[in-house]
Amino acid sequence: MRLDGNAAGGMLRDLFTLDATTADATCAGCGGVRPIGALPAYASDMGIILRCPSCDVAILRVARTPGRLRVDFSGVSFLTIPE
Amino acid sequence: MTPRLDWRVSKVVDVRDETPRARTLVLEVPEWPGHRAGQHVDIRLVAEDGYQAQRSYSIASAPENPSVELTIERLAEGEVSPYLSDVLRPGDGLEVRGPIGGYFVWSTAQAGPLLLVAGGSGIVPLMAMLRHRTRADETRRAETPTRLLYSARTWDDVIYKEELKQLGADAEVHLTLTRDAPADWNGFRRRVDRAMLQEVGWPASELPNVYVCGPTPFTESVATLLVELGHAPAMVRTERFGPTG
Repeated sequence: MRLDGNAAGGMLRDLFTLDATTADATCAGCGGVRPIGALPAYASDMGIILRCPSCDVAILRVARTPGRLRVDFSGVSFLTIPE
Repeated sequence: MTPRLDWRVSKVVDVRDETPRARTLVLEVPEWPGHRAGQHVDIRLVAEDGYQAQRSYSIASAPENPSVELTIERLAEGEVSPYLSDVLRPGDGLEVRGPIGGYFVWSTAQAGPLLLVAGGSGIVPLMAMLRHRTRADETRRAETPTRLLYSARTWDDVIYKEELKQLGADAEVHLTLTRDAPADWNGFRRRVDRAMLQEVGWPASELPNVYVCGPTPFTESVATLLVELGHAPAMVRTERFGPTG
């Protein structure tokens, strides 16, 4: 189901002590900078994939499997999180 | 810094029917740290065999309100929403964690005109913003002139009817009914389009803060139209939701 990065807020709070939906993510594919909350997201019961709206790179993938949180951050080249 | 987000067992202290398909749960959450208008919570249901289902719901209550109110629209095929909207009763417990999110939030400290555009139950987080503004002093309200455009399928589907009527004195409220309207209806009767946004919204030159919430196709079409009308993409904040049920 297609949502946006706001929907990843809860899972991202399992990773960060700060709210990551306001963080600016630089896309490793095209260099575009956008807040996580504004990114298109594809969500399922297992997890969520955030994509770059310009170049469609998977910016961030988070999945929950029994006893493990699995994270692929390879689509983010830089992240700025407001404190 | 924000503290670690733990699951807490909240207590349902009241339930209110809003429409034939939507119900508000009033929750008392132990050690609730407070929230900002526009934030959401995660809800977790655990079955006896350990199976878990988790959903996100926007907070409808103002930050000034110590309880947390969620308005749940029942989706017939849903796994979670029928339980929340039909089964839960005052006194029951419900696991929640939050508040979550900082992107789709607004406060009266953000001076300037405010445009809120809701599709269906997308009204819920926007209602938290309206309720927050209602509780601000006159100066803050004057600094944040507000217009709401709310699209619902039928009059029966309009959530918070009475409160929106009262808001009319202090904020402009525009409704559009897309499927069926009462015979004496004098509001809009079509989907939100460019002409409607132009008529109801603030001109882009006034640099309004814009918040759009609704189903994904609604939210994306409205945000695109607003950008075409000259609003800076960064001023148009969106929250999409889908029928997770």
